[in-house]
Amino acid sequence: MKLARTRPAKTAALALLGAVALTLTACGPGSVDDGGTTGGDDENTSEEGGAELSGTLAGSGASSQENAQNGWMAGFTEANPGVTVSYDPTGSGTGREQFLNGSVLFAGSDAAFDEEELGMASERCLDGEALELPLYISPIAVIYNLPGVEAEHINLTPQALAGIFAGEITTWNDPAIAEANPDIELPEITVVPVNRSDDSGTTENFTEYLSAVAGDVWTHGPIETWPIPGTVSGAQTSGMIDTVSSQEGAIGYADASRAGDLGTAAIGVGEEFVPYSAEAAAAIVDASPATEDATDKRLTIELARDTTESGTYPIVLISYLIACDTYENEADATNVAAYLSYIASPEGQDRAAEPDVAGSAPISEDLRTRVLAAIDSISAAS
Amino acid sequence: MARELTDTKEKPVSAVTGTETIRRGPAPGRVGNFVFKGLSSGAGILIVVLLGLVAGFLLYRAIPAITATRDQLEAVGFMRGESLLSYVLPLAFGTVLSSVIALVVAVPLSIGIALFISHYAPRRLAQGLGYLIDLLAAIPSVVFGLWGLSFLQPRVGPLFEWLSTNMGWFPPFSGYLGPAKNIAIASLVLAVMILPIITATIREVFLQTPRLHEEASLALGATRWEMIRQAVLPFGRSGIISAAMLGLGRALGETMAVLMVLAPGFLVNFYILRPGQHQSVAANIANQFPEASGLGADVLIATGLFLFVLTFVVNLAARWIINRRAEFSGAN
Repeated sequence: MKLARTRPAKTAALALLGAVALTLTACGPGSVDDGGTTGGDDENTSEEGGAELSGTLAGSGASSQENAQNGWMAGFTEANPGVTVSYDPTGSGTGREQFLNGSVLFAGSDAAFDEEELGMASERCLDGEALELPLYISPIAVIYNLPGVEAEHINLTPQALAGIFAGEITTWNDPAIAEANPDIELPEITVVPVNRSDDSGTTENFTEYLSAVAGDVWTHGPIETWPIPGTVSGAQTSGMIDTVSSQEGAIGYADASRAGDLGTAAIGVGEEFVPYSAEAAAAIVDASPATEDATDKRLTIELARDTTESGTYPIVLISYLIACDTYENEADATNVAAYLSYIASPEGQDRAAEPDVAGSAPISEDLRTRVLAAIDSISAAS
Repeated sequence: MARELTDTKEKPVSAVTGTETIRRGPAPGRVGNFVFKGLSSGAGILIVVLLGLVAGFLLYRAIPAITATRDQLEAVGFMRGESLLSYVLPLAFGTVLSSVIALVVAVPLSIGIALFISHYAPRRLAQGLGYLIDLLAAIPSVVFGLWGLSFLQPRVGPLFEWLSTNMGWFPPFSGYLGPAKNIAIASLVLAVMILPIITATIREVFLQTPRLHEEASLALGATRWEMIRQAVLPFGRSGIISAAMLGLGRALGETMAVLMVLAPGFLVNFYILRPGQHQSVAANIANQFPEASGLGADVLIATGLFLFVLTFVVNLAARWIINRRAEFSGAN
C-alpha cells in the first residue's frame, strides 16, 4: 500500500520525463518506453481513483441522443482524460445491432429490446443481462412556421393536433384550432403537416401519443413509418427542421432541443395547455408505470400519455442507454460503469439539460437511485 | 512481342540503364514487360473480381429478403405490408423518372455548352469555361443537396406554384403543395449534377470533328449553324448518346442530393409537382438503413441489388446503341 501510494508521483515524474524526451527528441526510445510501461502498470493496479481510468469506450445508436452524448463525452473526458469515449449516431436499430454483435460496448436506443433481441443480449453479455436505463428524456416539440403570429405558443388540443396530422384540418383558422386560441388571430393559410421520411423513434413516439389521446381521429395507430401517402416530409431531424422552416404554415414535430427559432405549440392536457419544458417532461416520466417485463436492470417505462395531471408535458421521447452487466475484461466493465454513472449523476443530467447541449429533462432522484443500483451490477467475467 | 524482344537485343544501347553500350544476357525489357503485363492484367482481373464480389455480397444479403414469406415481410415496418416486388417497383419507377427528367433537362443544355466551348467561344474563354465545368464535376453531391435545399427550393417554389395554377389542366403539373420537395426539384438538382460529365464528354467529341468535314461544309456555302448541323452533330451523335448514358448512370445511383431535397412517397404516377409521390432506390436505402435491422436491412439490400441490375441493363443498352450507331462515328 505504501509502495502504491508513492507510485503516482513517480509515474508523473517518469511521464514528464517521457514527454520532455519526446519534445526534445534527444533521448533514445528506451527512456520513453520506460515511462509508458510504468504508467500502464499503475493504471492496472489502482482503479479506485476515477482519474486513473484508461482505454477506449465505443458506443453507437440513436441519433436523438447525439447532442447529449457529445456533452456527456466532453464532461466525462474532462474528469477522465485517459478514456477515449465515442458515440456514433447511427440510429437506434443499428446501435442495438452493433451492441449485440459486440462491435460497441454500449448503445443508445429510443426503443427497448424486443423479445428476440433480449435472447441475443444475454448471449452478448456472457450469459448476463442487458441494462436498459432511461437516461435521456427529451420533450418532443410540435413546431410550426407562422411568422405572422406573435403569441409565444399556439394552443393545440390533442384532437386538433391529430386532425392536422391526419389531414382533416387544412387551414390555420379552422374552428378546432381557433377555439383553443381566443386571443390569437390565426391566418387563413394552408396547414402543411410535415413528417419524418425515414423510420424514426420520434415519429413512433409522436404517433403513439396521437393514438393514445385522440385514437378516434388518428386511426393509424403508433407507427414508425408515416402511414399517409403524398405528405411533405424531411429526412432526419435536420430535414424536418429545414422543411418546416422553409414553408409558411408548415407544422411538424422534432426533438425540442432542435426547435430553434420555430414556434412551439402548447399541448392540451386535461383542462390546461402545457408548453414543453424539461420539468413538465420529467413530471410525466415520474407519473408513468414500468413496463411488464421490466427488471431491476432493465428499467423500461410505459409512458402514461393520456394523463390529465397538471403540469405534465405528454409528448416525450425516452431514449435508453444499453449496456451489459458482464463484460469480458475488467477495463471495459470499469469504463462502462464509470461513464454510465457520470451520465446518471446530477452533473451529467444537468449538462445534457443545458439548452445549448441537448435541452433534455433531468431524471428524478428516485429514478437515479434505481439506475445507479443497476450500474453497480456491472462487472467483468472472471 | 517476340519481334520486340529481338529488336531490343540488337540495339547496342540499353534504354533502361543507359550506361552500358553492349549488354549480354537476357533482354533488358523482359522483366519490365513481364511486370507490366502482370500489373495490367491484374488490374483487369481485379475489377471483374470486385464487381463479382459486390454482386455476390448483394445477392447473399438479399436472399433472405427474396425468400421471405409474406408474413415475415409484414413485420418490416417501412414496407407497409407490400411484397418485395411491389415495394421495389415504385422505387425503380421513381429512380428512372427522376433520372429521365434530369437527362431531358441536362442533355440539350450540355450540347449547347459543348458547342459554345468547341465552336463559338474565343479560345481563351473556351479554356476557362472548360475548367469551370470540370470543377463543377468535383463538387460532392451532399453540397448539391444543400444547395438544392436552401437555395433552389425557395426560388423554384413560386415557379412551380405558377405552373400548377396556370397549367394545372396538364395532369403532371397539377396539385403543387409547398415547400418544393417534389420529384421535379430533385430532377433539377440531378440535372445540374450530371451536367459536367455530359458536357465534358460531348465537348471532347465535338472537338474531334474532322476539320475537313467542317471546311467542306463551309465551302459549300453553309452558315456556321448549318455546318454544325451537317458536320458536327452527325459526327458527335454516338458521343452524345454515350455521354447521356454516363450521366444517366450517375443520376440513377445518386443518393444524397435526392435524399435531401425530395419528400419521398411510394406511388407510381407522373405528378411531378406533388410532394410525397416518388422515391429513388438509393435515397431510400440511405434514408431507411440507419434504423433498419434484420430482415428490414436485407430488404434494403435487395433493392440495392435491383438498382445494380438496373444500372447494368442501362449500361448494356447504352453499349448496344453506341455499337449500333458505330457507322456514324469518326472511326470510319
